[in-house]
Amino acid sequence: MEIDDPRPIPEPARLAVPPPQSGLRPAAFEQPDLPLTDPSVLTAPIMVKVERLNLFYGEKQALFDINLSVARNSVMSFIGPSGCGKSTLLRCLNRMNDLIDDVRIEGRALLGDADLYAPETDVIALRKRAGMVFQKSNPFPKSIFENVAYGLRIQGEGNSKVLEEAVERSLMGAGLWDEVKDRLKDSAQGLSGGQQQRLCIARTLAVRPEVILMDEPCSALDPIATARVEELILELKRDFTIVIVTHNMQQAARVSDHTAFFWMGKLIETGLTEKMFTNPGQRMTEDYITGRFG
Amino acid sequence: MRQFDQELRDLRDGILSMAGLAEQMIDLTSQALSERSRAKSDEVLALDRNLDEWELKLDRLCVDMLALRAPAATDLRLIASSLKIVPELERIGDHCCNIARRATYVHPPILSSGSLERLAQETRSMVRMAVDSFIGSDAGLARTVIQADDSVDALYGSIYRELLRLMMSDPLCIERASHLILVIKNWERIADQATNIAEEVLFILEGRSAKHTYLQDNPVE
Repeated sequence: MEIDDPRPIPEPARLAVPPPQSGLRPAAFEQPDLPLTDPSVLTAPIMVKVERLNLFYGEKQALFDINLSVARNSVMSFIGPSGCGKSTLLRCLNRMNDLIDDVRIEGRALLGDADLYAPETDVIALRKRAGMVFQKSNPFPKSIFENVAYGLRIQGEGNSKVLEEAVERSLMGAGLWDEVKDRLKDSAQGLSGGQQQRLCIARTLAVRPEVILMDEPCSALDPIATARVEELILELKRDFTIVIVTHNMQQAARVSDHTAFFWMGKLIETGLTEKMFTNPGQRMTEDYITGRFG
Repeated sequence: MRQFDQELRDLRDGILSMAGLAEQMIDLTSQALSERSRAKSDEVLALDRNLDEWELKLDRLCVDMLALRAPAATDLRLIASSLKIVPELERIGDHCCNIARRATYVHPPILSSGSLERLAQETRSMVRMAVDSFIGSDAGLARTVIQADDSVDALYGSIYRELLRLMMSDPLCIERASHLILVIKNWERIADQATNIAEEVLFILEGRSAKHTYLQDNPVE
């Protein structure tokens, strides 16, 4: 529209803007009544289930009455501030907390039908079913091939053809095969940070786990390596169930089907990731994902 | 206050400025019509430039925030809906211009007493309520706006039929009636714009779309 006589912009009639809704009131917070499982996963086959789980380090309680389900072939992100218990819960899922003195766990954690904390549970066999990828890539000071074959070797597999097939399959699964297939005998320490992390994922895949637990797997990687690992996660969920702890909210939004938000050892909210990031049900979740926490 | 919070506040303030301008243009348009005032028509046309400038400014602000802040939850809904509310306000300005341009062509009056003024008044009231629902985060008021649109549509229909009857009975009034049909259509569209704004307010507040409820299982209560 042709206008030759622009006028000054008048003040709006009303500028009574409500104050921004932010800030937490931890003292007033009470854990909401949470359903035993997120309704959105009730219809899916459940791979991991946590029921009324409490964890204590000595006298100090670190996890409070956690109920959570992870659907098979899905990605679940654990988010929350440092010290909220998300890594502690992740470690409960393959009993890595057993390695810490003075830990006491109440409640149940199920991997498929297996009760992880039943007295008869074979912890070594359990850890084969739930592989772990850590924050910092930790390749062994061995060749690329031996890093991937390591898990199978300590299980007693000595057949070189079986090992070769497993290494190739695992490196392909981790999206690393094309980059290393001509130098499998080279030291794994010579790989880039992103490649080392994918090597660690390949090492986890080699023993054919059912669940992959990832504890901030991209926090030490650059954006390109991070993008590759995230793409890999989306591919891996076709064959595996993945639980990932991340401080990167956008990463949780990008890779996970479901998100669980923890605060001070309590599960505040869990649900479909789209819902959690567009319209969370709990005020604390809203404050955390919008950066207004505390 | 965080920089991002300041940007969100700038966005809300900008929308309120646009709303204030749009309401001012509606009032001037009504006066231009009733007073057959060329000066007020010109004033409406001049104000439209300010709305256009605000639209560009707020579009840029929203896109920048989406790109740089990775907003979530309420912030995301506010920004996403603002990208729709801002063009609605800008369109209200355009409709006012369309009406104001015809202010001098619709006299002497041919419509029954008060019907055109009532249409303008109801439309103006809807815009005011839609803006108030945004300012006050008032879902109930937003739903009132959506329901009020039926009344404006009915009034538009009855005036339209009256104009048809007038044109058929007296060919001398066809030119004025033709202009008036466009005038009432623009008022009716402004009411639609207010409805769209109210729907966006509901999305901001409740996180689910209030549009096209016949397609969804979330009827407006």
